[in-house]
Amino acid sequence: MDLKEKLISSFFAFEEQIDLENDIHQLRNNAIKFFEDKGFPTKKEEAWKYTSLKSILKDDYSIFPKKEETIDYRDIKKYCIHEIDTYQIVFVDGIYASHLSNTTHDKFDACLMSSALNNPKYKSIIDRYFNKIAPEESLTALNTAFSKEGAFIRVPKSVAAEKPVQILHFSTGNESALMLQPRNLIVVEENAQVQIIERHQSLTANAVLTNSVTEIFVEKNAILDYYKIQNDKISSSLIDHTHVKQASNSHCSVHTFSLGGKLTRNNLNFYQHGEHINSTLNGVTILEGKQHVDHNTLVHHTQPNCESHQDYKGVFSDRSTGVFNGKVLVDKIAQKTDAFQSNNNILLDDKASINSKPQLEIFADDVKCSHGCTIGQLDNEALYYLRSRGIPLKEAKALLMFAFANKVLTGVRIPEIKQRITEQIALKIGVHLGFDL
Amino acid sequence: MLEIKNLHASVEGEAILKGINLEIKPGEVHAIMGPNGSGKSTLSSVIAGNEDFEVTEGDIIFERANISELSPDERAHRGIFLSFQYPVEIPGVSVTNFIKTSINQIRKARGLKDMPANEMLKKIREKAAMLEMDRKFLSRSLNEGFSGGEKKRNEIFQMAMLEPKLAILDETDSGLDIDALKVVANGVNKLKNKDNAVLLITHYQRLLDYIIPDVVHVLMDGKIVKTGDKQLAKELEERGYDWIKEEQVARV
Repeated sequence: MDLKEKLISSFFAFEEQIDLENDIHQLRNNAIKFFEDKGFPTKKEEAWKYTSLKSILKDDYSIFPKKEETIDYRDIKKYCIHEIDTYQIVFVDGIYASHLSNTTHDKFDACLMSSALNNPKYKSIIDRYFNKIAPEESLTALNTAFSKEGAFIRVPKSVAAEKPVQILHFSTGNESALMLQPRNLIVVEENAQVQIIERHQSLTANAVLTNSVTEIFVEKNAILDYYKIQNDKISSSLIDHTHVKQASNSHCSVHTFSLGGKLTRNNLNFYQHGEHINSTLNGVTILEGKQHVDHNTLVHHTQPNCESHQDYKGVFSDRSTGVFNGKVLVDKIAQKTDAFQSNNNILLDDKASINSKPQLEIFADDVKCSHGCTIGQLDNEALYYLRSRGIPLKEAKALLMFAFANKVLTGVRIPEIKQRITEQIALKIGVHLGFDL
Repeated sequence: MLEIKNLHASVEGEAILKGINLEIKPGEVHAIMGPNGSGKSTLSSVIAGNEDFEVTEGDIIFERANISELSPDERAHRGIFLSFQYPVEIPGVSVTNFIKTSINQIRKARGLKDMPANEMLKKIREKAAMLEMDRKFLSRSLNEGFSGGEKKRNEIFQMAMLEPKLAILDETDSGLDIDALKVVANGVNKLKNKDNAVLLITHYQRLLDYIIPDVVHVLMDGKIVKTGDKQLAKELEERGYDWIKEEQVARV
């Protein structure tokens, strides 16, 4: 039985676990039919031209993990941003781990999707936001069909979250291969603010495939900073779908740090609905071995006077491969749009590759839109200059790679994350430079 | 300290240096002058270990060791410093972080621990003050958007921080106005002592009014054709290079 058939037949078992009376159930039913009809995307589809899922779909994934929590805090500490006080929503093999978590309902809600879906108190929020911007697409539909658990964060009007929230998914290797489908909903209401850190981390070498969907709503004047730390084991793959809808005068930034994992696909879509919106999409990708990362972004400008800034930088060594497919859509009425997109890549080895495809579709005539894409090697002149000052080749390369990624890190507003990413990059490059950029 | 024997070097198959012999002793200042294209910058690059140049014959001996096969960083570890004619811009690396990395990598290669942070800071402040550099300058990206003069001053700042045994200053005077030239020359003079040496590569005599050379060499067509004292530089300034060419022809 292939994975698609297994998932479809598992859906019936899944129905037995859940409350069929819930309104969401109709959505799930429609979604599984959609998935059954479309199946997994293949390279024949334009959006998947450079990323084949074949290699990760052949494992015999367990869809419902055993309920067993065998880890404690010391197993996961290093994967948490533990240097600062945060709320934490922790899942182990897809199941909420209360003993590792620190949730809240005080000033704002940082809790579980399952409780939001089942608690009448949140019905109006769920009705208003759940599955409203996730597009009809087979993997998103697959997630919707099995949507049951994940993080639910809601920051009410005029509340600034007093500390960041970490959404952490760990897999223990209880199953030889595990498929996870977390579903997150984040609502930042008018004038509210929050910072969120998300990480998927396997603790063993067993295969993990995560198909994650996050819907984010940033209402008027609200501010959201979202950090995705992707540095998973080589046996783990992640297909992420993050959809952001922003209202007037809101600011939203998403930073994606892709430093590990077997195959990572980041679908990151921003839909601007209002004026004076600011959207920032930043990415640092550093790959080695046979790793593959595909950034597929969309920014849809539908109203005048908005901005978007995209800056993705990648360093690829060995046989690693990267994809950047960035689409900026400016509607006819979206005059005075200021859209910037930049994708710079360094290939360190002959067999490393990057496919970079900027797509700008501009229907307005009074806009400032620019994009640039570069693919190159490290500058030999610069390397010689550094070496002439006693910095050995390996360290000189690392320094240049740091410098290259540095611009993206300057937008990170949590210093501990910046520090962490700097350290992870240093570790990945195999040097310690003794300072932070 | 430095002994160059019958050095031949080429770039992309074209011979540039055609048998250089040069000996520099500790405490000495040597100047190499010569017309454009004579091979002055090539000589400095080859001593520093630039891999774009191929040494086809001869040896470079530094402190009794043959360094011809060493990488640029290994030469720096031994105490060779090149002040670049065209310093490279490196966005994203501040002057301070760069010099810290440089110092500590050199210390590491010599089996020393990192320089303590307070000592480093003190030294940076002291040397920046000596070269009349603005504090803000130190946190800027290395050479990015620097004026020609700022770049050269920054090179001498690095030299002051690294305290090399042999400093090669490649056209350090170009791009400097007279005030900046005085500051830079003053810096070099302060760093000078009986144990280190300076090799000045220059087109003009101007710099030599401020950094007085012990020995002046004239480089032409990849060879040192004349060696003298500081008077030779003055003569070159007045008479140009043609008379040396004529002398050469006459000798042949």
